[in-house]
Amino acid sequence: MAPLLEIRNLSVSLELPNARLHAVRGATVSLDRGQTLGIVGESGSGKSMTALALMRLLPRGAEVNLDRLAFDSQDLTAVPDAVFAREILGRRMAMIFQEPMTSLNPVYTIGRQLTEASVRQGVLSAKVAHQRAIALLDRTGIPDPAGRMSQYPHQLSGGQRQRVMIAMALMMEPELLIADEPTTALDVTVQAQILELLAGLQCEMGMAMILISHDLAVVSEHTDRVAVMYGGEMIEEGRAAEVMAAAKHPYTQALLKAIPRMDGPPVKLAAIPGTVPSTTSIPKACIFASRCDFVRDVCRSGRPPVQGSDEHWRRCILGETELATQRQASPVAAMVRKAVEASTAPVIEARDIVQVFQSRRGLFGPKKEIRAVDGVNLTLKRGETLALVGESGSGKSTLARVMLGLSLPTSGSVLMRGKTLGGMSPRERAALVQPVFQDPYSSLNPRRTLAEIIVRPLELRGDGNSQTRLARVREVMDMVRLPQRLIHNYPAQLSGGQRQRVAIARALVTSPEALVCDEPTSALDVSVQAQILNLLTDLQANLGLSCLVITHDMGVVHQIANRVAVMLKGKLVEEGSTDAVLNHSSHEYTRTLLAAAPRFRAEETRLEFSGHE
Amino acid sequence: MLRYILLRGVLALAVAFTVSLAAFLLLNVATDPARAIAGEDATPEVVQTIRVRYGLDQPMPVRYAQWLGGVVQGDFGESYYWHKPVAELVAERAGVTIALALAAMAVTILIAIPLGVLAALNPNSWIDRTALGVAVSAQAVPNFWLGLIMIILFSVTFPIFPVSGDATWMHFVLPAFVLGATSVPAVMRLTRTGLIEVMGADYIRTARSKGYSGASLLWRHALRNALLPVISVLAVQLGQKFGGSVITESIFALNGLGRLALESILGADIPTVQMLIFVFAIVFVVMNLLADILNAALDPRIRIG
Repeated sequence: MAPLLEIRNLSVSLELPNARLHAVRGATVSLDRGQTLGIVGESGSGKSMTALALMRLLPRGAEVNLDRLAFDSQDLTAVPDAVFAREILGRRMAMIFQEPMTSLNPVYTIGRQLTEASVRQGVLSAKVAHQRAIALLDRTGIPDPAGRMSQYPHQLSGGQRQRVMIAMALMMEPELLIADEPTTALDVTVQAQILELLAGLQCEMGMAMILISHDLAVVSEHTDRVAVMYGGEMIEEGRAAEVMAAAKHPYTQALLKAIPRMDGPPVKLAAIPGTVPSTTSIPKACIFASRCDFVRDVCRSGRPPVQGSDEHWRRCILGETELATQRQASPVAAMVRKAVEASTAPVIEARDIVQVFQSRRGLFGPKKEIRAVDGVNLTLKRGETLALVGESGSGKSTLARVMLGLSLPTSGSVLMRGKTLGGMSPRERAALVQPVFQDPYSSLNPRRTLAEIIVRPLELRGDGNSQTRLARVREVMDMVRLPQRLIHNYPAQLSGGQRQRVAIARALVTSPEALVCDEPTSALDVSVQAQILNLLTDLQANLGLSCLVITHDMGVVHQIANRVAVMLKGKLVEEGSTDAVLNHSSHEYTRTLLAAAPRFRAEETRLEFSGHE
Repeated sequence: MLRYILLRGVLALAVAFTVSLAAFLLLNVATDPARAIAGEDATPEVVQTIRVRYGLDQPMPVRYAQWLGGVVQGDFGESYYWHKPVAELVAERAGVTIALALAAMAVTILIAIPLGVLAALNPNSWIDRTALGVAVSAQAVPNFWLGLIMIILFSVTFPIFPVSGDATWMHFVLPAFVLGATSVPAVMRLTRTGLIEVMGADYIRTARSKGYSGASLLWRHALRNALLPVISVLAVQLGQKFGGSVITESIFALNGLGRLALESILGADIPTVQMLIFVFAIVFVVMNLLADILNAALDPRIRIG
């Protein structure tokens, strides 16, 4: 039987202000009815562009070239845009997007948005569409589905909006559903539910699905086949379980080693050096050559061949035996997670912290109180990495601000090295603790050079003269492994990982005793996250730093933390050593969080499962 | 929703009261009304007589209280110049100004919004550039000049429309165009930027993925969002049309409130000036109130917090 979807040699290029970006080159995809394909890649790999090209949703100025595009044996290249929009979009192909908060029209009701397309296209009558919408909302697990129909998007949470998006995509029972990072913007526990829901619906309706994600673990759990993209090219494709268990491209292998795993003790992550090259010209060599551990001369002078079978192919020059030896050749170094002794002196102590926010609707509306932090005691001890875990709205960032001394709690006190915060000057406080923020793209002043950014805390404190300051800047740049040649560059000239290093360097320049890192890696790609996590681990070991790391990622916790504190609705619900909390958690909420964290399923079961097909 | 309207209504009343106080103070403190009525060459005795006759010898708070008391009952005092109740005078002239303002508004909306939409749908195309060119020149051209050119072109050279007066609807075509043209640039630009932003929004991508394209995408998903900010600006512009019709009414000899304002200022007819300021202010306040209500009706995020 002919496949449902066949794309051969798809290329997408985008108009940039001063260049043409070849975002996708030569992508080839084939998908049978009822099958699921995962497309995995880091940011800039072209995975979303591939999907948008298929749906004809590319931005203005994008150019698409391809050899073949067939859907249900129909040649789509011959179908004009208007006909495609009328007969295919929404009806036979539907898509779910990454941003549930902004993907629904704010001025129309949920009901109207669910039903309008099917009624307008004459697929369903208004009455049937209404009933079907309610049934689908119910199926997606939204409470009171009938009542939701007359509500507006802003009255729903992010997870609920994504459920509405899913219901909307399924209204006309499409044969192909594309889900582009459907869970990236959601909390972990919600992520797991949404993925389960998608998998269940895909099975029930027998539709084919393309799941696009940066997360190999997520994709491998929910798809039959996986295509790995890098720098605009598909570099490996095969059965999901096989790619996970025996990746055949060095990039896929490296990517797998860069993900913090939770089965077994933490090991040093294999970070991929460098960054994804931008492709403003058509490359004439292997695009991964500059970051590949096994690179040879031929890799830099010519395009790599496609090797392997249709079942599992890769775009790499290395043969099977070479690959196997390499897998063994790069040993994994286990790390010892030190236990911090109970008697260790505390660096920051938070005592009975309560933080209440008041909000008022309108000028005369009733006052509303939100207890963001509700009586929390937390101690950061010298030399430890304490992970503060919780979902959005749990109060973890508010608590971190209080512990940094950036905001005054409603009640309770913070002690830094035994002194109350109130009795400390900002200068003293800054010498003790420094923050590192989540988004390195917005937390650095774009109009200052690296040297100016990093030296700023020293200037504010009036430490030393310009010579000693510059020497100190160079020193911390070395510490965070930023090349000295970047010292006069601007943040815009750096990659995400380099920017986060700058943020860490700025925090370290005053030699503080503690860092408070708010989601330090969640804005970064997996391979870059590994670099930053390794750096934090090393810094801690070398400098004896104490770190309070706020995160929602249990893999990160497992990788770097000595102790874990779990927050739920403003309260600490569990606290203990990482081993104890991850393996024998006493609180139900922690277990929910752990169960939701995507991990690598035991490969054997997956192979058995796919053997039935 | 009802709560919202009531709250806005209370705020509007407070603004109206403040404006009335400001208008009263400006006219009675900055100038000496008795001297203004008497004329420059009047003797102190004449001025004093006038002061007593019009009650201007009483303390300021008393006069304000009296005036406000009258306003509440719809009595704005008697015109010094026309010698009849100001309210009657304003009512007689209001019809022309209302007709002119509404017609001018229609001109603004009919030109600016389609032009803005066309420009937004084809950014940086020749349509966009032409629209921008029209906007810039419209902004640069003074009102009185455009009015005179219009009269020369369409009343003298090609005698299609009457030169002046307000007898038939034909008399309103040129003034409405001149008055309406002044608001075109602001409204067009706002429509353009608003729609460009909306067309790039995630929910428009969602609508596209459901099969919407072209006109149905614009009408059913984009326009309502894009026009939300335009409505507030249109309200302010309409308020300006009422107050700003002085020049246009003078050029085309329309007997409306604008001319009444001009005449009463020149004639030191303080009760009339006072009422006109109050009326123009109230029009502004009411227009903004209407815009707020309309915005709330169109945007559930305001309606249902």
